Amino acid sequence: MIKVENLTKRYAGQTAIQDLNFEVGKGEIMGFLGPNGAGKSTTMRILSSFMPATSGRATIAGFDIFEQSLQARAHLGYMPENVPLYNDMRVTEYLDYRAALKGVPHRRVSERVGDVKELCGLKEVEKKLIGALSKGYRQRVGLADALVHEPDLLILDEPTSGLDPNQIRQVRDLIKNLGKQHTILLSTHILPEVEMTCSRVIIINKGRIEACDTPENLLGQIRTAGGVVLEAKVGSDDGAEELRKIAGVRDVTASTDGEWEVFALRVEANTDVREEVFRLATARRWTVRELSQRKATLEDVFVEITHPDAE
Amino acid sequence: MRKFYTLLSREIRSYFYSPVAYIVLFFFLLVSGADFSFQLSFMNQRPLSYSVQEAFFNSVFFWFAFVLIFPLITMRLFAEEFKLGTIEPLMTAPVRDWQVVLAKFFGALVFYVILWIPTLIYFWIFQAVTHQPAANSSGAYFGSYLMLLLLGMFYLSVGCLASVLTKNQIVAAIISFCVITLHFFSGLISFVLQEISSSTRQVLGYFSAIEQMGALSRGEIDTRPMVLYLSMTIIMLALTYQAFQARKWRL
Repeated sequence: MIKVENLTKRYAGQTAIQDLNFEVGKGEIMGFLGPNGAGKSTTMRILSSFMPATSGRATIAGFDIFEQSLQARAHLGYMPENVPLYNDMRVTEYLDYRAALKGVPHRRVSERVGDVKELCGLKEVEKKLIGALSKGYRQRVGLADALVHEPDLLILDEPTSGLDPNQIRQVRDLIKNLGKQHTILLSTHILPEVEMTCSRVIIINKGRIEACDTPENLLGQIRTAGGVVLEAKVGSDDGAEELRKIAGVRDVTASTDGEWEVFALRVEANTDVREEVFRLATARRWTVRELSQRKATLEDVFVEITHPDAE
Repeated sequence: MRKFYTLLSREIRSYFYSPVAYIVLFFFLLVSGADFSFQLSFMNQRPLSYSVQEAFFNSVFFWFAFVLIFPLITMRLFAEEFKLGTIEPLMTAPVRDWQVVLAKFFGALVFYVILWIPTLIYFWIFQAVTHQPAANSSGAYFGSYLMLLLLGMFYLSVGCLASVLTKNQIVAAIISFCVITLHFFSGLISFVLQEISSSTRQVLGYFSAIEQMGALSRGEIDTRPMVLYLSMTIIMLALTYQAFQARKWRL
């Protein structure tokens, strides 16, 4: 659905994105992750034909975004960051206008606008001025606008930014549902959101793609692939030394919490050493208060990739 | 074509969403109405060789109101979209740049025409009350409103260009106000400069909007201002289109 080859964008001497290459297949929900200023919005604006790339090419539904921009745009629903809208129009009026502008046939406009209002929960504010809407409703109007011409592809730039937790949940559920019929490329800072909704993730930092994989694979790859925490009274034993001998344990750091010792074990990917730890503890007659596994989150992946030194 | 009409109808309606349209309409009618009544009372004092309609379109009052309306009509066209960021959803919809530029220009032109329609009533009232013709001939009506349309198109296109250059509406208004005022009142140069030859005076007269207005409101229909202002409008709109596309240049 999206194919990006060597896409580069430079602003006045500064490189915003450098040689991006990726593909998004039909029906995928692709998450676009990166710190502020990494080039997420720039990439999305280029893909939506709002600004040109310095070099490289990209296609949407087979149409080149530079050469056949109009056809590419017709296949695309784009929701810009911060959702700029005409504040002096009413919700239905705005969506009618957008539908006509995007080439929805005249007789289908009211049906389509009715559908997206239903889908995005805009029925109760349909007659309100957009300028009078809350941030959450504005976001939904933006989403309804992106959907109104039944595009194959949705590009959503931070669809949940500035929303409260309930609204975030609503928008996230909406996106998940949309993913059943549409291909989606969305950018976000909120990592749990990506883990929950996306089938694949691109991590971008300083204009370059650092990783591109499914969330599960990304979690498996990283150094801090989770670990085990043991809190115990080990008496005179050197607990850390004993624990290091267990196969699969890479490193152990020890600290104390009152009279308890806390061991944080870093283990190799896809290994569970809790059973061995338990056996060791019973053999040595350690008193155990806690033995738990900590799963790595996408946050760890994100931090590790975007700040390799921040250990 | 449907996309153009969709854009155009939003542009026209957007004037009436904001209070600016009503304020402009109100004060424009107030000033032009005052102009009309002053001209009448002036004409009541002594016999004059020109018609009511001619006097109406050639007074200082009229000039003042005239140059002031263009910045007010055009300043928000592009600048507001840039400022609010609504240019992004607009230009990522499948519309062409020229459709947007022309829709904004013709939207402004339609509002400008709406502004002038009530002034026709003045002359109708004059004729109904005094049983005398307000103008020398129907050609004089045609000529003066033609001149308004031609000059209006040119000044609106100047306003479009000023608005596409900035995201600040005030800056856009100042640019277009200065350019329009300079152009309009440069028609008075030949009156100010005494020591110029008559041939220079004649050449300056060809470009003087004020002199053209004088001639056309007497009913002397001339094709020269038509060609001049239509081509100037096209040049300004072409520049606007280029400036609007500048954001797409591969730098």
